[in-house]
Amino acid sequence: MNNLSLILMLLVLMAIAYQFGMTRSRSIAGGNNSSSMHSRPHHYGMMVGLWAVLPPLAVMLVWNWLAPSVIDGMVIASIPAEFKPELEQAAIVMRRISNLAANFGIVAEAADWELNAASYLTGLKQQSALMLTALMFVVASLGLLLSFRKIQPSLRARHQVERVTMGLLLLCSTVAILTTVGIVLSMVGETLKFFTFVKPSEFFFGTTWNPRFSTAGVADGSLTGSQGSFGLLPLLSGTMLVALIAMIVAIPLGLMVAIYLAEYAPSKVRNTVKPVIEILAGIPTIVYGFFALVTVGPFLSDIGASMGLTIRATSALTAGVVMGIMIVPFISSLSDDILTQVPKTLRDGSLGLGATKSETIRKVVLPAALPGIVGAVLLAVSRAIGETMIVVLAAGNSPSVTANPFEAVSTVTVTIVNQLTGDNDFASPQSLVAFALGLTLFVITLLLNVVALVIVRKYREQYE
Amino acid sequence: MTTEVKNLKGSSLARSKVQQQVINSLQKRHRQEKLFRGAGVTAVAISLLLVVLLFVNIFSKGLPAFWQHAIKVDIYFDPAVVQIAEKPVQQADESDNDFRQRDLEWRSSVGMINFNRLILDGLNKVIPDGQAHRRDLQRVVTSGERFAIRDMVINDPSVIGTTKSLYLLTDANIDVWLKGNIDRSLSDAQQQLSPKMREWVESLKAQGIIQNRFSFALFMNPDSRSSLASAGLAGAFMGSLYMMLVVIVLAIPMGVAAAIYLEEFAPKNKLTDLVEVNINNLAAVPSIVFGLLGASIFIGWFNLPMSAPVVGGLVLTLMTLPTVIIATRSTLKAIPPSIRQAALGLGASKSQAVFHHVLPLAIPGILTGSIIGVAQALGESAPLLLIGMKSFVASVPTSAMEQSTALPVQIYLWQGNELRNFFEARTSAAIIVLLALMLSLNSLAIWLRKRYEVRW
Repeated sequence: MNNLSLILMLLVLMAIAYQFGMTRSRSIAGGNNSSSMHSRPHHYGMMVGLWAVLPPLAVMLVWNWLAPSVIDGMVIASIPAEFKPELEQAAIVMRRISNLAANFGIVAEAADWELNAASYLTGLKQQSALMLTALMFVVASLGLLLSFRKIQPSLRARHQVERVTMGLLLLCSTVAILTTVGIVLSMVGETLKFFTFVKPSEFFFGTTWNPRFSTAGVADGSLTGSQGSFGLLPLLSGTMLVALIAMIVAIPLGLMVAIYLAEYAPSKVRNTVKPVIEILAGIPTIVYGFFALVTVGPFLSDIGASMGLTIRATSALTAGVVMGIMIVPFISSLSDDILTQVPKTLRDGSLGLGATKSETIRKVVLPAALPGIVGAVLLAVSRAIGETMIVVLAAGNSPSVTANPFEAVSTVTVTIVNQLTGDNDFASPQSLVAFALGLTLFVITLLLNVVALVIVRKYREQYE
Repeated sequence: MTTEVKNLKGSSLARSKVQQQVINSLQKRHRQEKLFRGAGVTAVAISLLLVVLLFVNIFSKGLPAFWQHAIKVDIYFDPAVVQIAEKPVQQADESDNDFRQRDLEWRSSVGMINFNRLILDGLNKVIPDGQAHRRDLQRVVTSGERFAIRDMVINDPSVIGTTKSLYLLTDANIDVWLKGNIDRSLSDAQQQLSPKMREWVESLKAQGIIQNRFSFALFMNPDSRSSLASAGLAGAFMGSLYMMLVVIVLAIPMGVAAAIYLEEFAPKNKLTDLVEVNINNLAAVPSIVFGLLGASIFIGWFNLPMSAPVVGGLVLTLMTLPTVIIATRSTLKAIPPSIRQAALGLGASKSQAVFHHVLPLAIPGILTGSIIGVAQALGESAPLLLIGMKSFVASVPTSAMEQSTALPVQIYLWQGNELRNFFEARTSAAIIVLLALMLSLNSLAIWLRKRYEVRW
């Protein structure tokens, strides 16, 4: 019996137990008069249901966690002494045996002792499943019975149920923290491994990026001789260049859109234009990437040619412009929120003194909204730095330190994709560097986000 | 007295001076006002233009790809060629394994049959000089069609011996030529099609034997590298579907539970502050970082299979979680405290107040936020590249543990195909499919919000 059907059975059991508990509490209360009981009937039902299901569930989790290693140990112990594998070979032997047991094909003819071990394994697995089912059944019935008998007017069933619910809610809200912890731990671990191959100073201050390929079969010692160079600076400069171009496109456009919609536009125009522009925010980045590669790149290149400039079709400019388009709605809707939060009294004061509308906006509203807008821009910058698909397709992937936007560049995100999707060995510096780059990216965006969120939050408090 | 009069005179003089200045500068100020307003209008116009440009661009490129050139061929299922044994049926005393073995043998024996012969025989009837140019003749119909014919035979062996008139997809290069997506003035050496082929194709098109028909290949077939004309999105679609199921099953309940806890029950202290900052940050972490997390934890530590939708789904779940939490929290925040107070006042416990009274009112908002989160996850591709979902998969996955790709990743794979003339349009068509799915999800969310929104 597999886990899924066991869980389904538990659910059925829970429904039955719920009914039992509810009926029992009703009959104890006598008829429809449940006011003598501490809790409502469904609380008693729920309590019995939980007692019937949670203990066997715990048993199942522990069993599934422990059983495989116990079974493996027993199988290994059963192998005749002359074939007994070394400790480090045990895993390989076990895989062969379990493949045999599962009727998958294996390489080479199976030896007799392997076949024996396989049938032993099958037997053990069946026994284990049987034992688990029996144990769960016993625990479930015990839980059901005991909790069923405990039902009486003074039993605080509701408190028990609510405590379990609370535990469940708390568990769910820790997932977000666990994710962050997971991100940090996994990346720090792999990054430290990477730094055993390459010195941190070479990584952070190196000016050439040329990782080469990891060559299989090269001894550990000689790897350091021919492994290429992992300098972060070319990637970082490419990232910054693309982000800068994106901001040059997005900030004026997004800000002006926000100002017009918040201050000038009649509500009818506002209500139609705003969602249309926000469509841009919902379009997947891969679509922008394709748009950049197929349409914007050649277009910019043609314009450049007509002006006597050589602009490559895939360049920092192409990627930056398209990324700017992507970020426009991001900046416009954030700034729009902030502008509408500026109190009307400020505007009225300025208008009352005879300022024109644009003077009011430029000299009163914008300065008042500035911290919030700076926060929005920082968030947008962090988006631009972490953006992947547009630059993968349209930035040209040529890591060099350059300030020329017409050249192809490479960015941190592009390199992460390149290093992890090639044929590199997972434990080679060529793959591990992706985690070091990821950690760098994470730290940069984290800093930007924290600063931005602090600014935005401060600003909100000011006017609320 | 006199000094006062003097002062008055002086101030009125000064006032008129200021007035003069104001009047003088008024024109300039009004011009500035107009300019500023004009800049706003221009910015809005540019943004709207960009939206239109993007959509017109994608649609004008992609829509033609939904129609493909197909050739009408009479296929005679020649019993001499298609010699096929009875399809095995599981016997009562036969074990699953033995049956699978027998079925596999039967399938491979069917696979050995030369279905291409049937196509070539059919083509010979419409192309009189086909025999003389066998090499060209082989390339008229895309190679995937022989498998379509094989599947017809497997599904219904009674077709053997009959003649059926079928529309078979032509080779991708023929489609490119007929749609005019290649420069026809290029020299023979630079053309993908031989002069003979071009001559055939033109005359067949003129006779109406080759027609531009709406093609279901894009929707029904998995990806293919050998038969480009019949490469489709079915595999990627199923992969995305499995991932979205994982996201819906995990991210929405967990996110809602977390939001309820944080908004309604959590004590206000340093720890919950930390959780809140953490969630806000998580929402802004670049998606590719989640891919790294998936690669190192789900694949590296938990040994889950590479390229499997279940891993993609887990990664996207972690990505979507903050969105769902934030949306749910803001919905809960918007529900007036009077509802809670009324419930508490009548003797409900705190959790009764939340689950019986607050939560039902929050459901529309939660649904809207969740759907928007799922739509975002549907369009995400960067983290999927890192967990191996960009590998080429030529079958439709039948479970969440099998290798598969996803819609946005399929777009990424297709845009890199060498046959640019054909795949630029097909990629755009795939984008249209993806955008249609996302837009319908988003409009569902907007509709829900409009329909059930409660204003307090």
